[in-house]
Amino acid sequence: MQKIGVFVCWCGSNIAATVDVKAVAESAYDIPGVVYATNYQYMCSENGQSLIKNAVKEYGLTGIVVASCSPRMHEATFRKTAQAAGLNPYMVEIANIREQCSWVHKDMDTATAKAKVLLRTAVSKLTLDQPLTAGTSPVTKRALVIGGGIAGIQTALDIADAGYKVDIVEKKPTIGGKMAQLDKTFPTLDCAACILTPKMVDVSANENINIYSYSEVESVSGFVGNFDVKIRRKARYVKEDLCTGCGSCMAKCPSKKALNEFNMGLNTRTAIYIPFAQAIPNVAVIDPQSCIKLKTGKCGLCQKICEAKAIDYEQKDEIIEEKYGAIVAATGYNPIKLDKFGELGYDLYPDVITSLEYERLMNAAGPTKGHVLRPSDGKEPKRIIFVQCVGSRGQSCRDKSYCSKICCMYTAKHAMMTKDHYPDTDVKVFYIDVRTPGKNFDEFYRRAVEEYGVEYIKGQVGKIYEEDGQLKVQGSDLLANKQLTLDADLVVLAVAIEPDETARKVATMLTASMDTNDFFTEAHAKLRPVESPTAGVFLSGVCQGPKDVPETVSQASAAAAKVIGLLSKDELTGNPCVAHADPLLCNGCSQCANVCPYGAITYVEEEVRGVGVREVRRFARVNEAVCQGCGACTVTCPSGAMDLKGFTNRQIMAEVDAICK
Amino acid sequence: MQVEESKEFKPTIVAFCCNWCSYAGADLAGSSRISYPADVKIVRVPCSCRVNPLFILRAFERGADGVILCGCHPGDCHYSTGNYYARRRMTMLFSMLDYMGIERERTRVEWVSAAEGAKFAATMKDFIETVTKLGENRKLRDLRCKE
Amino acid sequence: MQRIIDKIQELFANDTVDRVLGWKTGEFSWERTPHVFTKEGGLDGFVYDDFCGANLSKYLIDESAKKDAGKVLVLLKPCDTYSYNQLIKEHRVKPENIYVLAIPCRGKVNVDAVKAAVGTTVLAVEETEGDDLKVKTFRGEKIVNRNDVLFEKCQVCQKTHQVYDEIIEAEPYERPKKDRFAEVEALEALSPEERYEFWRTQLSKCIRCNACRNVCPACNCRTCVFDNAKSGVATKANTDDFEENMFHIIRAFHVAGRCTDCGECSRVCPQNIPLHLLNRKYIKDMNTYYGEYQAGEDAETRGPLTNFTKEDVEPSIVYGKGGK
Repeated sequence: MQKIGVFVCWCGSNIAATVDVKAVAESAYDIPGVVYATNYQYMCSENGQSLIKNAVKEYGLTGIVVASCSPRMHEATFRKTAQAAGLNPYMVEIANIREQCSWVHKDMDTATAKAKVLLRTAVSKLTLDQPLTAGTSPVTKRALVIGGGIAGIQTALDIADAGYKVDIVEKKPTIGGKMAQLDKTFPTLDCAACILTPKMVDVSANENINIYSYSEVESVSGFVGNFDVKIRRKARYVKEDLCTGCGSCMAKCPSKKALNEFNMGLNTRTAIYIPFAQAIPNVAVIDPQSCIKLKTGKCGLCQKICEAKAIDYEQKDEIIEEKYGAIVAATGYNPIKLDKFGELGYDLYPDVITSLEYERLMNAAGPTKGHVLRPSDGKEPKRIIFVQCVGSRGQSCRDKSYCSKICCMYTAKHAMMTKDHYPDTDVKVFYIDVRTPGKNFDEFYRRAVEEYGVEYIKGQVGKIYEEDGQLKVQGSDLLANKQLTLDADLVVLAVAIEPDETARKVATMLTASMDTNDFFTEAHAKLRPVESPTAGVFLSGVCQGPKDVPETVSQASAAAAKVIGLLSKDELTGNPCVAHADPLLCNGCSQCANVCPYGAITYVEEEVRGVGVREVRRFARVNEAVCQGCGACTVTCPSGAMDLKGFTNRQIMAEVDAICK
Repeated sequence: MQVEESKEFKPTIVAFCCNWCSYAGADLAGSSRISYPADVKIVRVPCSCRVNPLFILRAFERGADGVILCGCHPGDCHYSTGNYYARRRMTMLFSMLDYMGIERERTRVEWVSAAEGAKFAATMKDFIETVTKLGENRKLRDLRCKE
Repeated sequence: MQRIIDKIQELFANDTVDRVLGWKTGEFSWERTPHVFTKEGGLDGFVYDDFCGANLSKYLIDESAKKDAGKVLVLLKPCDTYSYNQLIKEHRVKPENIYVLAIPCRGKVNVDAVKAAVGTTVLAVEETEGDDLKVKTFRGEKIVNRNDVLFEKCQVCQKTHQVYDEIIEAEPYERPKKDRFAEVEALEALSPEERYEFWRTQLSKCIRCNACRNVCPACNCRTCVFDNAKSGVATKANTDDFEENMFHIIRAFHVAGRCTDCGECSRVCPQNIPLHLLNRKYIKDMNTYYGEYQAGEDAETRGPLTNFTKEDVEPSIVYGKGGK
């Protein structure tokens, strides 16, 4: 028989103002098994915890029930208290009389009556509690970073600097991500390439970092500390170890009409190409859609010219398998597609472009060598109109409901730099709100307005059209309360950003949750912002939510710190509330394995011994390090052989019985 | 005016809530001080897929007038697939209870996220009202006592 | 029957099998009991006729597990092969120790129905070449058409042999046309009060003899949850009526998605409770909500309750359904 102690917390007046804590504590003596009950102002305080510890010793308690706030709040605290008092930490149950009682009921009698039932229920469960011990599992000291943009780069560098091995999987032929495409970065106007490319070089030079470029994660199994990952290395038709990046193949390639992705399709590239001069790895790749040899079998010029003998038209996708202790998602973002924004004329008029395209136009390494020349006729635009919040902060189904966060600042940057390079250009910005919370951000925006004379118009653009060869922007000026129709030579749309299209696939493989916008969900929005709820999976960069570069880098480093913390452990202590199959009852029917999301259940043929039983049987065995304790298997099992520790069938039924008494 | 308080029927309602979403949603209703009637008591389970139909029958048999199961929204399960199984199981159980003539409204499944404190409170309020209108649940307890 | 006996003798002779799971005659002319015949013991009392209703597949759990016992030959009617497949899927039988001889069936005779048809005590029933059954009573011999006195499961049967090592081909016969779900639909169309009254009447008859459970090939747990004192479900004391009350609902749920609709539960119920209407309700619901599924059609695919799609219906569909 258990000797149970009951501790009712006042939580100051949070509980005591609505629940008669004394009466609740006294009612505990009517429950079988309870040998001690008391109440105290703050049970979680140092004094409260000592009170518990002393009572455990004095009354020889075998388990404790704390009637207090939600177990999500202090269950861990009281488990530690119990442990310190010499009890098994799992001989603790919490009756949630704050969040689910005193805070939602106003009448003292009602709330007190309910608190008594909740207490009775917790005691009933505790009566059936068994001491539990968590299993341990080893940690593979290698991390995987999915995505090689600035987020992934920073995370990988930090993990590698701590002495752990890191692999970066990047689906593009080079790392660098979106930041590599940027011209300058706000608010300091550093050249993006000047600060990013040295980091890229650091990555390639770091002995602890291995880059799988032009590769994608194929499958993930396993669990925290022990992930098994398959990575598909897509055929690049160039041997990475042989290619020197000399570029002579590009010079000779006769297929020159493929759109250059790096320049947002503003110019073309050859079928064999290196995405940009500072690409890492600096290795060519053949785009099979454009390569004449791969399409028709004729040509083969690049192979003939390549002195390094790196070209291999026969190359196939390759799957490699690797073990990791931690995985970081750094899958990044893309500007949304504008096919549903017909009124803005993006698909119709070459001189309506996105901000990222403008970024390439301004970039000295871009298609126009940094001269802002409009795509239609290559002339310098004299009147440029920027349109903010395209697809952001909207209510309709084509819009994103969130603020894309970076657009206000980069638009101010674009406007300012345009005025800097071409002072006589007329620059106007349509905006809903200008949001500049960040170090030196507002100063930066004010400089654009005050020093550079950028004209900001509060209002949205309804239509962009052409009339007699002239682009017209129709919008409203809310402050002047009038409709405007303005002539423009170039229109730049600050397009909303969305998570990369591969993010959901990655999340599914990682069993990491996502929100409705396909941003990864953090384990706790405020307190665990760089961890996914799935143990061992961490979040870096825009895959978790819109961010600018400095914020991305801080989050990337934070994720790295979490990874380092994990990898520094030799073994992990698991959750002891896992499923367990009783070999004597198990039919070996395999139904439970069907519903297990973690593949934690295997079947063995072993001798089973029990009263009157001694035979070899097939039965289920749960890998306790893999089991996460969801309980799906327990319901599938008709014989009740499968049960969940800490939430056993009998415990739950005891709770039900106590509530319905 | 006399208030006939003593005669007022107070239902017994069991709510199974998954630890990650709905139990947290219930906590949020608390920390947001959104009130709902006290007739419902929550049993915390790791996931909606932990809820065996047996538990629900047990509750009814022991005197519950209504049983509600709350879990993460489909697609958001902490264990990724648990609520999909729970959804099928509960559909089957509820259908069987309905087939036996037990009032459909005594059972419910509602997906409540950790962010939906208001929805949790509103759901409980609505469910309690519905069950209160139905009155005491005798049918399942009396299922096999016909002379 | 002779074809079956010849085949058995042949398989005995060439040492393919060393025992046969079949039916044996009993005290009454219609009594057929599952029996294991051995090569040594011979086929005394072996019978296969219109009265061999029992599904033999469940006996294979024990028979095929016997160590060093050689192969057992089992006689399976079309419907029994579904149960057998399901048992293979759940690893409850060892197919390597089993030789399935698929045997023809044109529906089995329910002697209770014969008794009801003749309206008096039946002394003996004899089958003939055709559809007539000769029924001996105290009031002389009467003729009953066998098709009028088949088990309910046979009246709706559309099943064919799913798995076998060898088959004894059937003479062609006309399949019954009765709709399998008609009874369920009729119940669904009643008001909740009427449905409750129906089930309360039926389930109150139950004496908890466990015959339905013991005969059911899906109810094959080593220890039934209702027999396991540690489960918290089984409590034989009268103070706890949970088990008593909920037994049939829980049983139906446990076999949902696994029940092949073999109809044994209703066949053996001494109280004539139409238990198959519970299982068939689940089959019908699962077909409606999750797509057509016949348990035992194969030995690989997942049953509907160990599967899902993201677009599954919500449980609230039960509220929106038709019926009164």
